Amino acid sequence: MIIKGKVHKFGEDINTDDIISAKYLVSTDAKELGSHCMESISPDFAKKVQTGDIIVAGRNFGCGSSREHAPLAVKGCGVRAVVAKSFAAIFFRNAINIGLPFLESPETDNINDGDILEIDLGSGIIKNLTQGKVYKTEPFPRFLQDIVEDGGLMNYIKEKDKHNV
Amino acid sequence: MGYTIAEKILLAHTDLKFIKPGEFIEARVDLALGNDITAPIAIEEFKKAGFTRVFDKNKVVLVPDHFAPAKDLRSANQCKILADFAKEQKIKNYFEVGCMGVEHALLPEVGLTIPGDLIIGADSHTCTYGALGCYSTGIGSTDLARAYVDGKIWLKVPPSVKFVYKGKLSKWVGGKDLILYTIGKIGVDGAIYKAMEFSGPVIRSLGMDDRLAMSNMAIEAGGRAGIIEPDEITKKFVAQFKRKGKFYKSDNDAVYEKIYDWDVSGLEPQVACPHLPSNVKGVSVLKDIKLDQVVIGSCTNGRLTDLRIAAKILKGKKIKFGLKLIVIPATQKIYSDCVKEGLAEIFVKAGGVFETPSCGPCLGGHMGILADGEAALATTNRNFLGRMGSPKSFVYLSNPAVAAASAITGKITHPDKV
Repeated sequence: MIIKGKVHKFGEDINTDDIISAKYLVSTDAKELGSHCMESISPDFAKKVQTGDIIVAGRNFGCGSSREHAPLAVKGCGVRAVVAKSFAAIFFRNAINIGLPFLESPETDNINDGDILEIDLGSGIIKNLTQGKVYKTEPFPRFLQDIVEDGGLMNYIKEKDKHNV
Repeated sequence: MGYTIAEKILLAHTDLKFIKPGEFIEARVDLALGNDITAPIAIEEFKKAGFTRVFDKNKVVLVPDHFAPAKDLRSANQCKILADFAKEQKIKNYFEVGCMGVEHALLPEVGLTIPGDLIIGADSHTCTYGALGCYSTGIGSTDLARAYVDGKIWLKVPPSVKFVYKGKLSKWVGGKDLILYTIGKIGVDGAIYKAMEFSGPVIRSLGMDDRLAMSNMAIEAGGRAGIIEPDEITKKFVAQFKRKGKFYKSDNDAVYEKIYDWDVSGLEPQVACPHLPSNVKGVSVLKDIKLDQVVIGSCTNGRLTDLRIAAKILKGKKIKFGLKLIVIPATQKIYSDCVKEGLAEIFVKAGGVFETPSCGPCLGGHMGILADGEAALATTNRNFLGRMGSPKSFVYLSNPAVAAASAITGKITHPDKV
């Protein structure tokens, strides 16, 4: 799967309250959550972001709460992938479980806001089309790829027999 | 090669013969917890996927505590999803307002978290039960939905990191200070993907409420778990319950990715400054930090020991004029004990409010939201930007003694000074 889009750059330790404030947790609708994504730290983000765009951030993206509303809000506002230096563990599993693609790369400091990236999820290769650079990342372990390919954890569970878990 | 407690508990919940850090496993859970924010998504996903019965109605726990008692219509509808699901599935561990408490204070109190258990909760502070020698960890709503189906969870076995605390604790210093100190040292991602193990003579001397406060905040360093080896104090704590559990100990040749060894003698009460739990300073360094609100409560520090400490300081005193003091006992039992022991009256006479159990203002839900420019000192666990309300507000974190002393003076204050 190839994802191509414009970069929205964020810093280190972007937490789940930054991604979606608790006052919006009275909804489970990805679109509604998406309309408030990053509101406290970047009030115009949800308006600016286009379907297919990519978030690039520093270390520990998604730290804090277990709220699945956070990856849902990211997905709901149109973002198709997140690239960060590292991801907090619960955000990591939530993103896998709902099928939000993400990659870990140490190169995020070299990617600028507004750059156009082309990400090949299968090979883990990120092309920075604006800068003419290529970044290699580790593709997901097979187990996690299966979940993502099945379209999330619940589908994976329904299809479990074929994976011989 | 030996195993750590975390590895032993995980292994015991699989059909595997061996496990090692980094490996993906499917483990059986003893308990699957959800609240009024996270369970509605889980229930929706469970039903959408076509499932009709939870794997074991006795292992599912539902606690409407975040926005409950319902703060508005939409919260009420979310809470009702839990009530309806509990009724439909005959789930007895559903805690309606009146029996409800903040989940991580409530579950240990009613004996649902027993040493050796593997517990998952769709709430990041599920790591709290590590204090009892459980492997407990925060997961998401879809994980919870899956656990409803077959009682299982996918996990990557985390490497363990050991924290050894030595020396003698100063007056007013407890579990909250030790964990803030730890997060301050290693950072908010200092234990990312790791199982933290808290040990050493200082931990052995801590009571259960202080241990629960410590394990509660393992997630603030990115930890998957925050485990304390069960001992005589644990044994005494679980003696009141039918299930006694299994007391795992790490092997002498267990492998730790890292061991931190700290002498904490002379450590003063710690305060996390805005806007990260790792932005930690000693209380005496903070001069003239004026406060608009003090919150004493939450799954970190809303237990009886915490409220006794706060009441001891506030007894016969008045809080600073214009400051809001909000005291929230974490469970109905704690509430009732506070009334019986006269603590509730001390808080009210001091000029504070004594509220019903709820997560309330901790996550900016209700019952004490901060306005633009306001500053609060809270015994809660997170001080992210906008966590307690306005993105233009400021949250400091401390233990209950510092919080109570600061409510009297109106600025961050060492408890010895009042």
